[in-house]
Amino acid sequence: MTIESTTQPVIEARQLDLTFQTNDGPIHALKDVNLTIDKGDFVSFIGPSGCGKTTFLRCIAALETPTGGTLTVNGMTPDEARRKRAYGYVFQAAGLYPWRTISKNIKLPLEIMGYSAAEQEERVKKVLELVDLEGFGGKFPWQLSGGMQQRASIARALAFDADILLMDEPFGALDEIVRDHLNEQLLALWARTEKTIGFVTHSIPEAVYLSTKIVVMSPRPGRITDVIDSPLPKERPLDIRDTPEFIEVAHRVREGLRAGHSYDD
Amino acid sequence: MKNLVPILVVLAAIVALWYAAVAPMNIRISLDQAERAGQVVTPETSRERRETSVWVLMASNPGAISGGYALERPRLPTPGQVGQELWKTTGEMVAKGRAFSKRSLIYHAGITLKSTLWGFLLGTTLGILAAVAIVYSRVADMSLMPWAIISQTIPIVALAPMIIVVSSQLGIEGRGVPKAVISAYLCYFPVLVGMVKGLRSPSLPQLDLLKTYNASGAQGFFKLRLPSSVPYLFTSLKVGIAAALVGTIVGELPTGAVSGLGARILIGDQFGTPLAIWAALLAAAILAGLLVTLLDMLQRLALRRMGLNA
Repeated sequence: MTIESTTQPVIEARQLDLTFQTNDGPIHALKDVNLTIDKGDFVSFIGPSGCGKTTFLRCIAALETPTGGTLTVNGMTPDEARRKRAYGYVFQAAGLYPWRTISKNIKLPLEIMGYSAAEQEERVKKVLELVDLEGFGGKFPWQLSGGMQQRASIARALAFDADILLMDEPFGALDEIVRDHLNEQLLALWARTEKTIGFVTHSIPEAVYLSTKIVVMSPRPGRITDVIDSPLPKERPLDIRDTPEFIEVAHRVREGLRAGHSYDD
Repeated sequence: MKNLVPILVVLAAIVALWYAAVAPMNIRISLDQAERAGQVVTPETSRERRETSVWVLMASNPGAISGGYALERPRLPTPGQVGQELWKTTGEMVAKGRAFSKRSLIYHAGITLKSTLWGFLLGTTLGILAAVAIVYSRVADMSLMPWAIISQTIPIVALAPMIIVVSSQLGIEGRGVPKAVISAYLCYFPVLVGMVKGLRSPSLPQLDLLKTYNASGAQGFFKLRLPSSVPYLFTSLKVGIAAALVGTIVGELPTGAVSGLGARILIGDQFGTPLAIWAALLAAAILAGLLVTLLDMLQRLALRRMGLNA
């Protein structure tokens, strides 16, 4: 880690606002969002549908443009950061190209960014190992299970040198056993790569288990109701979820969700 | 092989229906012939017979029905007669070493095929280019698409002579070019519609993904839109090639062409040789079948290579 990276936040939002104009009138997707994410943080965004957690992630990725406030990514505007390929984005659906093998799918960003063929090979090999998919490079997506496909899509986001990883409910469509396993793997991967991760989820245990910082959000308008710095150690076996510390954090998240009146209707 | 049974059943049904239809279709000609040969038929004069329905004629002259199956110039030839004629103008010519003489249907099918392929190439290229323009430009979408649809509402038989006249005015020699243009006119449309749908088939997350890589427009086209459109393209090509063949034959009909399957149909009509018409029709059907099958095989091959056969 260099000195500057510790002094400057990776992502900083101040008074961020986003209003969508729809046929049914304006929708206040984000209101007064203030958040600082430092290098190496694992930040989860949790809240009910419509709380703006995905919208906020998309703002960081410059896939949406805020209508007010400021947002910087690596000290730049989100769009500049996008042009500099500052982040890898993992969507809810794996979104692998069905006509490309797993290797070729991982090469997609590398081809676009102009890496040499030898470099591409090397990186594919490295990230396949990172997500535990060695030997599956030659397979087509339909030959893999849903969990494996999602791992391949994470490998794709890791293949180039972005130090931010943005994940939008990546494990939302998977069953709980697979999800537990992938959560464990994701933590190991995070420890190895020292990336800054923004992670959107619906699941309280998932958010608490993974994060160093949990951002609780509530809808109408989308806003942050609580930011919890996790007291849990960096090293987290799955059974940490039975410890009193874990349960306490989970309780606070639940309280935060309730305070936002998110389950009123 | 399990697929073969239903195919054969349908084929047998068609042939049976065809044979059955020959009797009522040919009974009048058969009776005229019998009358001329001095046989007694009822009613006795062809004028009276014209007032009588074919069913009554068949019922009152059961002996003349079989004659309808062996006429030289029948109104409806039997499948056997058409097959024989087809063989006489193809296989037999090959055996005589005259496969490409002007009496051979192979020669005429070759002429038609050549125009069809040129028209197909032209139409497909136009269709794909127009689809790309429509997908990438709102102006093209609003301005080209309505014309494309209108173009398909004009009967090609009305348009074909105009294309011939225009091309001869432009000093273009021969029938090849106008025939290919007419053929392209029919086949570009399915390709256009299919490709517009295909190029628009990538989902929003797939397009967002490329945006997160800061991919250029060209990269988005070649790495996402084009490969996504391949299954749509092949489906359109199969419709397109059949349309191109129809276009070529239509182009040969009103133009006084002397070669090509369309010309054989026209000449057969003018000279009252129904067997030649039917043989040319069957040859056109076989040609279309071969072309579509060829594209189907190409499609399987391409999609298998793309891992899309699942």
